[in-house]
Amino acid sequence: MTKYLKPSIFVLSLVPFLIITYKIFFNKLGPEPVKEITHFTGEWTLIFICLTLSMSPLKKLTKLSLWINFRRMLGLFVFFYATLHLLTYVGLDYRFNWQPIFDDVVKKKYVFIGFAAWILLIPLVITSSKKMVRLLKNNWKKLHRLVYVIAIFGSLHYIWLSKTIFFKPLIYLIIIIVLLALRIKIKNRDVNYG
Amino acid sequence: MKKIKYSEITPENIYKNRRNFIKKFGLTAGSIFLSQNLNFSANAAPKKEDLKLTEYRYITTYNNYYEFGTGKSDPVERSEKFKTTPWDVIIDGEVENPLKLSIEEINTMFPSEERIYKLRCVEGWSMVIPWLGFPLNKILNKVSPTSKAKFVKFVSILDPEQMIGQRFPILDWPYKEGLRIDEAMHDLTILVTGLYGKKLPNQNGSPLRLMVPWKYGFKSAKAIVNIKLVEKMPTSSWMKASPKEYGFYSNVNPTVDHPRWSQATERVIGEGIISPRIPTTMFNGYGDEVASLYSGMDLKKYF
Repeated sequence: MTKYLKPSIFVLSLVPFLIITYKIFFNKLGPEPVKEITHFTGEWTLIFICLTLSMSPLKKLTKLSLWINFRRMLGLFVFFYATLHLLTYVGLDYRFNWQPIFDDVVKKKYVFIGFAAWILLIPLVITSSKKMVRLLKNNWKKLHRLVYVIAIFGSLHYIWLSKTIFFKPLIYLIIIIVLLALRIKIKNRDVNYG
Repeated sequence: MKKIKYSEITPENIYKNRRNFIKKFGLTAGSIFLSQNLNFSANAAPKKEDLKLTEYRYITTYNNYYEFGTGKSDPVERSEKFKTTPWDVIIDGEVENPLKLSIEEINTMFPSEERIYKLRCVEGWSMVIPWLGFPLNKILNKVSPTSKAKFVKFVSILDPEQMIGQRFPILDWPYKEGLRIDEAMHDLTILVTGLYGKKLPNQNGSPLRLMVPWKYGFKSAKAIVNIKLVEKMPTSSWMKASPKEYGFYSNVNPTVDHPRWSQATERVIGEGIISPRIPTTMFNGYGDEVASLYSGMDLKKYF
C-alpha cells in the first residue's frame, strides 16, 4: 500500500500544472490570462509551502513517520511552482525586459521579497538529495530551516500585492504561523521529556 | 471665425484616424476636436490598440465592486437581484436649489450620449468602454452651486442586506469619493447610465455611476445616492483605508508609482496571452483636455 503512496502524491502534485496547461491551450484563462497564470502558480506555491511544512507536525500528531517520506518531494514542488510563477512574471508578463523587472525588484517590496524567497529556495533544492543530507549532517537541518523564512516571505509577498488588507492572503500567513508555532511547542516538549 | 476643414490643418494620417481620435477622447462635437487637434499631432498619436473596444462579456464580468465581494467575478455573480428601482439621488450641500431626483427623472431630464473612454485601474489593467452618460456639470448646474462649493462628494448606497461585501470592513462603507469642483465641471466627467447601448448592468454600478476617464477607476463611484457640494476636500473610502497609497487626486500617472507597485505599464483586458503590456500614458491619454487643471501642482505630492 505505502509503496504506491509516493507516486500517487507525485501525480496529484502535478494536477495544478495540468489544469493551468489545459487552460492555456484551451483559452480558458479569462479576461486577464497572464495575471491568471501568475496568480494560479503563485497560490499553488504557497499551498505547497504549507503542505511541506505540515509533514513534520503531522508526524508528531499522528505518531506516523511516513509523512516525512513526502517532505522532500513536496518541497521540490514548491520550487517547481515558484519557478513557473517567476518565469510567468519575467517571461510572459515582462518579456524579459530587464529594466522594469530590475526596478521592481529593488523598489517594490513585494517583488523583492518574492524574488528573495525564490533565491533562498535554490540552496535547499541543491542540497535536497540523500547524499547531501549525509554530507552536510547537522548543518543540513540548520540550512533547511531557511524554509521558515521562505514561507513567511511568500505569504508577505501575497499580502503586499493586494490593494488593501484582504482575507485570503492573511489566511496563508496565519496557516504558516500556526505551522511554525506547532514546531516550537513540539520542540520544547521534546526538550522537557528528553 | 472662418471655417476650416479638418483636412486643411490636420496631417493626413491623423485626419484619416479622426474617428478614432474622437472615439478615444470621447468627443462627439467636432468643434472641440478642431480646437485641440494641433496639440494632438504634437504629441504621440494614440495607437490603434488603445481604441479597440473591450468585449461586453469582459466589461460585465471583470469588475472591482467590493460591495459585492473582492473577487473580480463576485459582482456579476452576486448583484443579479440588486434592486435599482425605486432609486433617488439627492444633490445637496453648498447649493442654492437642492434636488431629489428619481432615476427615471434623471434619465428623462438628461439624455445620455455615447462616450467611448479608456478605463485604467490602479491595479494596472485597462479597458475601452462605450458608456452611455451625460456630463456631470449638467446636473450640477441645475442645483446652482454657491461660491462655497469647492469640492463634490459622491456617496454610494449603503445596503448590507443586498450587498454582502458591506458586511465586512474592507472599506469605510458606504463608498465615498470626491472631485475638485473644476474636475467635476469638466466636460469629460460624466454620470453613466448605460454601456454598449444598454441599461447599465448591476455589476457596473447601476443605476448611476461616475466616470472620470483621466483618473484611476476607483475614483468613479458606483450606485450613487448622494452628490454633495462641499467646501472642504472630502475623504474618500480609499484615502481612509490607506492614505499613503490612495490620494484624493489619483490621476493616472505613469511616473508616480503606487508605493507597492509600478504604474508605468498596463495590461489590456481581453487581449490574449501573448499580447504585451502597453505603456501607461499621462492622464490616461486625456492630458490635452485636463492637464491645465493641474498646472503648477506637484503631482508627486498631490497623487
